[in-house]
Parts: sequence; C-alpha cells; structure tokens
Amino acid sequence: MVYKTNIRPAWVVLVLLVVFSLAFTLVKTSDSTTSEKVQTEKIIPTKIDLSKFKNAAENENCLKCHGQSKYTYENDESKKTVTKRMYAELIMSRDVFYVSNHRQFKCTDCHSEDYRTFPHAGNLRMEAKANCIDCHGGDEKYAKFKFEQIESEFQASVHSEKHSKDFTCWMCHNAHTYKINARTNENLKETITYDNLICLNCHGDINNYQLLTDKKKPNILQKHEWLPNQASHFTNVRCIECHAKNEDTLVVAHHIMPKKMAVRKCESCHSKNSILYASLYKHQVRENIQKEGLFRGLLMVDATTIGPDKSNMLNVISIIIFSLTLLVIIIHAVLRIKK
Amino acid sequence: MNHHSERIYLYPVWVRIWHMTNAILCLTLIITGLSIQFSNPGIVFKFKVAVSVHNIAGILLTISYAFFYLGNLFTPNGAHYVIPVKGFLVRLQKQFIYYTVGLFKKADPPYPVSEENKFNPLQQTTYVFLMYVMVPFVVLSGWGLLYPEITVKSFVGFSGLDLTDLLHIVAGFTISIIMCVHIYFCTIGKNPLSNFKSMINGYHESH
Repeated sequence: MVYKTNIRPAWVVLVLLVVFSLAFTLVKTSDSTTSEKVQTEKIIPTKIDLSKFKNAAENENCLKCHGQSKYTYENDESKKTVTKRMYAELIMSRDVFYVSNHRQFKCTDCHSEDYRTFPHAGNLRMEAKANCIDCHGGDEKYAKFKFEQIESEFQASVHSEKHSKDFTCWMCHNAHTYKINARTNENLKETITYDNLICLNCHGDINNYQLLTDKKKPNILQKHEWLPNQASHFTNVRCIECHAKNEDTLVVAHHIMPKKMAVRKCESCHSKNSILYASLYKHQVRENIQKEGLFRGLLMVDATTIGPDKSNMLNVISIIIFSLTLLVIIIHAVLRIKK
Repeated sequence: MNHHSERIYLYPVWVRIWHMTNAILCLTLIITGLSIQFSNPGIVFKFKVAVSVHNIAGILLTISYAFFYLGNLFTPNGAHYVIPVKGFLVRLQKQFIYYTVGLFKKADPPYPVSEENKFNPLQQTTYVFLMYVMVPFVVLSGWGLLYPEITVKSFVGFSGLDLTDLLHIVAGFTISIIMCVHIYFCTIGKNPLSNFKSMINGYHESH
C-alpha cells in the first residue's frame, strides 16, 4: 500500500477556488458601481437647460406655479400676497416633462388657451383629455409606432373590456411624463423597471386601484407565490411577458389578457422556442443579429437562462461529437469480439 | 507469476460508496439535464419535474464531491490522482497504442493494475481532468444558475448568466462523453463484467 500522500491536484483546486471567488467578487463590485453611475445620469437630469426647448419660456407661465409644490399670487380683494400648496396631482416637474417624449410641446397645445387667465375658470377642469389616437391616429410620421394597432389591441384587452370608458391610455401613459423605452433604451433593466412600474402604479397601490373598482386589490406577491425565484423574475422580465398577448407586428404588446390566460409553464420561456424572443428581447435580438450575426447576436442579449440551445450550432456540434464517440466505441468493441 | 488467480483489494468501502453515489447522481443529472435543455417539446421528463430533480441531484453531487475531495485529501487514495510529470507523454502514448493495437494482439498491458498504480496513465489523466477540473466546474456553474442573483451580471460584453449557462452545458456534455467512454472501457477486464463486480466487492481481478 502506498502511504505517500502527495496530494497536489486537491490543493490546486483549492487555490483555484480561492482565486476564482476573489476575481468573482472584484468583477461583481466593479459591475454594480458602473451600472449605478449610468442610472443616475440617465434617469435624473440634474439641471434642465431650458434654452433647448422652443416653448420653454412660454411654458414657464404655467410651470412657475405648476412646476413646484407651492404657488404665490396677489389677492385682488384683500390686496395681500397669498402662498398656497399645489395639489400633488397638479404638479408637473420640469425634470420629468423635459425628458419626456412631448417635451417640445407647449402646454396650450393640449390644454385650453383659457388657462392663461388666473384664477382659472371652474369649467376648465371638465376639459376632456386627449388620448394617444386623437393626435397620433392616421399620423404618417409616426406610422412605425402603429398607434391604430395599439388602439385595437387595447380595446381587446381585459382593462378596456372590464372598465369600458373609464380606462383610457392615461391610466398607464401620462402624456406629460411618457418616455419611449423598448426601442431606444439599451439598458434592458431600465426598460423592465419602467414598464413594470406602469402596472404597479395601480396593481401595487390601493388608492389608484380603487379609482376604477371597489374590489379588494389582489396581493401580487401572494398570487405569484408559485413562481420560483420570484424576485429574480420580477426584476428580469416585465409583467406583460406573461400577461399580454404578443403580436409580431408590435414592439410592445398592449393586449393584456384575463388572469386565466397568463403564461404559467416554465418552458414557455425557458426553452429554445422561448416566447421572450417575441416579447422582451424582440427589439434587442433584431438589432444585435443585424449587427453581430446570429450566434454572437443572440449571446449578447441579456437573455436570462433561457438556455444556450438558442444556438443550433452548439446542438449540432454536440450531436456530431457524441456520434463520433459512439462510432469509435462500436468499432473498438467489434474488433475486440472478432479477435 | 501466476496472473490467473490474482485478486487485489483495490477499492476501499468509502471509494465504492462514493463511486456508486456519483454514478447514480451523474446519470440522473445527465437525463434531467437533457430534459431541461430540450424542453419544448419536452423529452423524458416534464420540465418542472426535471428542474426539481436536477436541482436536488446537483446539491447531492456537491456533497458527494466534497466527500470524494476530502477522502482523497486525507487518505492514501489521493496519491493515485497525482500525475508524475516526467515521461508523461511517452506513457500516454504507450497506453494509447496498447488500446488501439496491442489489445487486439493479446499483448500484455504496459501498465498493469497494481496497488501502487490503480490507474493506467490514460485513466489517470482522464480522472484528474474529470474530478479536479470538469466536476468542480459543473458544480460551481450549477450553483451560479441555481442562485442567478449571485452570478456576475456581464463579462466582456456577454451576459454573465448566459455564459455560466453555456459553460455549465459544455462541462455537462464533456462529462457525459467521458462517462460513455468510461463505461465502455470498464468492459475491458478479465471478462466484460469483472470490472463492474470489482466496484461492488472491492477486489480487482487481473488477467
């Protein structure tokens, strides 16, 4: 019996493990610091340069009151200067409006000219809000966004069917703050957060939820208890991945389906035929494949664990290697039996 | 020397227990792994079942690997996994020629099994590669996939999780291939079944 306990491989593995975990920690820390930096720069503009916006000066007439939490005016009756609080829902932050899609508009493009007088006339608050299709319908310049299809998908959605006229585009998209995401934002995580916050605005807030119904708001965490790695799912995919019906022609699906139609099978996403390629990754996949070719293009998408068999090449290579191994074994075995 | 009746006690109880556990776990992991990989349409197992079984078997494999690792660290068995550097390629070549030519001419094996040398040079190299490179690799990447939040987010422009996934599958595939060859080579013994018996009773029978 050999009692020479020369145990080199074991120690090599141990050293490698330590090195590996150190490298891992380093990469991970640098990773998180850079992404935080990008986020703060992208989301919150520290100071808006109003000179870039042609209507900014005129809009200041409104924003000098509506752009902050309090406003001041001269009371003609009492001849006094009065300061009052602005109602939260009437506050329009410059920081948010001037990065939104409608940042070049003037307030009176959509709101009545009569708002120029103060105090505003009472009947003005009955003013109807324009919906997306009111301006964008039949709009050639915005044809690629397919507003008509969005409108018809929305009409077929469970929101529209259950709440009829009460449920408008505004429930999810505030025209003052709406910012296009899926097509333009290269940071997928930001798009996911942005889109999910739209749903959570009502489904995570009882006050907004009950504007449309007197029903009790379902607890989202409880309802999704069956979902493994719940937190990971909630931060890596959007609600609409499972809850909306996808058409190939729209980048972001608007046909929200009833609860019982939601995707529940793991393999719907975690497989070669993952539905995520037609939803969450649709835009990125198309762009990357164009730029980088099929294999790299697919790998570059941050497609969380939906399996590397998205590359058929890998499957073919593995089948060839496996067949060759079997062939060699069979030839060897036959030769042994014959001898 | 009379080769015909030679029996050497080569495989201590702990090695046999570990080997059997490892074999069952690896087979389970390969079958469920394939079911997960080709999940739509599913093969062998349903996706959910395959994932649960794969996770449990993976955790058990980690424990079984730790058992093997410590066993080799603290018993003389570890010495069989030390590859002498001097003349390494020559020995590999000799063993390779034996398997491809000598075996069919009924030549004597160049490195017969003994207490000092449980493995021939080809076996030794493969087992060291398997147990100290591939298995740790597949286990670590497996844990990275089990807890996606601990995995590096991106690595040189690629998604960290996708790379981990890719490496896990390449390692798993490599292990599957080695396992096929391993099982076939086990039929090269005194008779085709004798090596399988050895792993049950612990005694190696020579030619």
